[in-house]
Amino acid sequence: MRSVDTVLKEHPNAGRDSLIPILQEVQETEGYLSPEAIAEIGRRLNLPASKIYGVATFYNMFRFQPKGKYHVMVCRGTACHVKGSRKSLDMVIRVLKIEPGQTTRDRLFSLEVVACMGACGLAPVVNINGQFYAKITPMKLQRIIEECRAKERIHESA
Amino acid sequence: MTQTYRTHLLICAGTGCVASGSMRVKEALEQEIRRRGLESEVQVTATGCNGFCAAGPLLVAYPDGIFYQRLTPADVPFLVEEYLIKGRVVKKHLFEPKKGAEAIPKLADIGFFKNQLLVALRNRGLIDPEKIDEYIARDGYLGAAKALTEMTPAQIVEEIKASGLRGRGGAGFPTGLKWQFAAAAEGSPKYILCNGDEGDPGAFMDRSILEADPHAVLEGMIIGAKAIGAHHGYIYVRAEYPLAIERLNIAVAQAKEYGLLGEDILGSGFDMEIELYHGAGAFVCGEETALMRSIEGRRGMPRPRPPFPAHKGLWDKPSVLNNVETYANVPQIIHRGAKWFYSIGTERSAGTKVFALTGQVRNIGLIEVPMGTPLRKIVFDVGGGIPGNKKLKAVQVGGPSGGCIPDALADTPVDFESIPATGAIMGSGGMVVMDSSTCMVDIAKFFLEFTAEESCGKCTPCREGTLQMLEILDRICNGRGRDEDTASLERLAVVIGQSSLCGLGQTAPNPVLTTLRYFRHEYEEHIRLGLCRAKACKALLKFTVSPELCKRCGLCFKACPSEAIRWEKKEVAEILLDKCTRCMSCYRACPFDAID
Repeated sequence: MRSVDTVLKEHPNAGRDSLIPILQEVQETEGYLSPEAIAEIGRRLNLPASKIYGVATFYNMFRFQPKGKYHVMVCRGTACHVKGSRKSLDMVIRVLKIEPGQTTRDRLFSLEVVACMGACGLAPVVNINGQFYAKITPMKLQRIIEECRAKERIHESA
Repeated sequence: MTQTYRTHLLICAGTGCVASGSMRVKEALEQEIRRRGLESEVQVTATGCNGFCAAGPLLVAYPDGIFYQRLTPADVPFLVEEYLIKGRVVKKHLFEPKKGAEAIPKLADIGFFKNQLLVALRNRGLIDPEKIDEYIARDGYLGAAKALTEMTPAQIVEEIKASGLRGRGGAGFPTGLKWQFAAAAEGSPKYILCNGDEGDPGAFMDRSILEADPHAVLEGMIIGAKAIGAHHGYIYVRAEYPLAIERLNIAVAQAKEYGLLGEDILGSGFDMEIELYHGAGAFVCGEETALMRSIEGRRGMPRPRPPFPAHKGLWDKPSVLNNVETYANVPQIIHRGAKWFYSIGTERSAGTKVFALTGQVRNIGLIEVPMGTPLRKIVFDVGGGIPGNKKLKAVQVGGPSGGCIPDALADTPVDFESIPATGAIMGSGGMVVMDSSTCMVDIAKFFLEFTAEESCGKCTPCREGTLQMLEILDRICNGRGRDEDTASLERLAVVIGQSSLCGLGQTAPNPVLTTLRYFRHEYEEHIRLGLCRAKACKALLKFTVSPELCKRCGLCFKACPSEAIRWEKKEVAEILLDKCTRCMSCYRACPFDAID
């Protein structure tokens, strides 16, 4: 658990109040919270893993499955909802066959639903690996996902 | 002597504009200006959110005050050639209030900007938020200097009380009173906290203030700290706002460097540290006791009050928590005086309020208007009205805890007294405009889904009650509604509102209650007729082709992805309901409105 080590090194004498920042930093470096990472944090902070899971599952940002190569974030804020973001979300769930919070078996895509990205002027918004896609429709989004897949196929055959 | 420029190009670098590519435009501009050898005459500056997010990427050119919108890097060479060299305004990128209407070149003449009054956002789009000098040049830190060197804590509290400033986070509690309680409370150390956990879907006021003017918030906190006797401050920001976090970090570092944070600030003997805390994504953490639990490293669950945080807050010490926008108002109240602030707005709601105006409205963006401005003025004069000449149906104010105010009540002035009278709440400032394409039952369900999901689960009325209500709404939207459903919803709503522990549960039924109050007929149509006029409740849609209107063109047949349309040349199309997935492709494809 090297990354847990490095994170904990930056928090000497860490107590309970550092738990959330530590979890955030571990997720930042590893992409998710693995059972091993949680156990290790528990040992260092002298907290039972059950307590850590209690905190981690309470907050929306923590993931327990590795991120996919393409991390798809669908905004479900009010502005996006009024402009039809649910249809796009349903489409992604159908096409990728995963629920929000999950990752496809080939580890290519992971899906996350966020409450609001604050880019309401571009509603409905989808963010894939930090890149914003504005005024999304199911068709447009499906095309973007297909493009990601096609890119991967080219990589493989090359 | 510092260099002077003949033209300043201020390019918006708020989240909305960055998402639509403003940084690429900035690079292209700098490159083109260098290529033309204008770098000693023209300066390009990245500013915080300008507010007019829908039209991004934005550029405002001073001293002329010309407003350019929707720029791409490819437009840059032409813009530089025409505007900077030949001195002609580029028409293509000017703002048009309506399609085909006369373009408006100057920012100050555009309705969106003309009808606003900026107090909390006074520096937006004018300064580079990453440079403390630009903030100081705009009277920055004068309020803090006055508070620290000339005023006693009691005088600060009195000044804030006299200004009539009320908490901008939603409840509208008088800020001065809150500070007075914390100042009088026994115990040490005391803490001053800033609530930037803006969880409302569809609201981005705090984000924009933090991105555009982070120093105003720091200055407000320094003044508050002096008033209550705190030396340690926390800013709780959502981790979903990386740009705001980055700019805050820069601002805190610069303030330290200038001796405006740290030990012995401005030689006054007053010490103050500010720390950033990243929220981990839980709506309930906007509630003050839950937010403090979260900073302590626990599940963010509210606890009963009293004791109030002013007596027992963070780590059971006296604490004050205010919203980002509240703090942004404070420096100017101290600098310009309580009287000036009290002269804005209404008698009991002084000052201005920032709103995130979104939904079915032409000018989407961040606005600030005096308290007491009628809703209709906000939607039509600032917002530019509804696109596509559709009719205003309702305005949703206050996010998931708020309510839908119908068109008939659109003349309601927006302040802490009038809005709650309609059944909605002020909330932190989300304002979503809805036209006839929005189904009110669906909207009530959307907000309830959100609160049910975000309920922390501590108290039963909120945890179980919201789910029960959601089940009923689900039933109604799926065509299985029962006659007694509206009565059950009302009964549940009252119980949840009265018996929940914190604000989340107490206000969770508001969207249902207000839609039931003003749009009961829509619920009844859903239940009795299985009809959703807005075509939002999928399960209720049964598309048919009208043989009189159908021109037999076959466009619907070509648009259908599910082979659910039977059509032969010169024949009226027919929709096979068992194959139809209700995707509405045919409905949108038909140019003759023959499908309904």
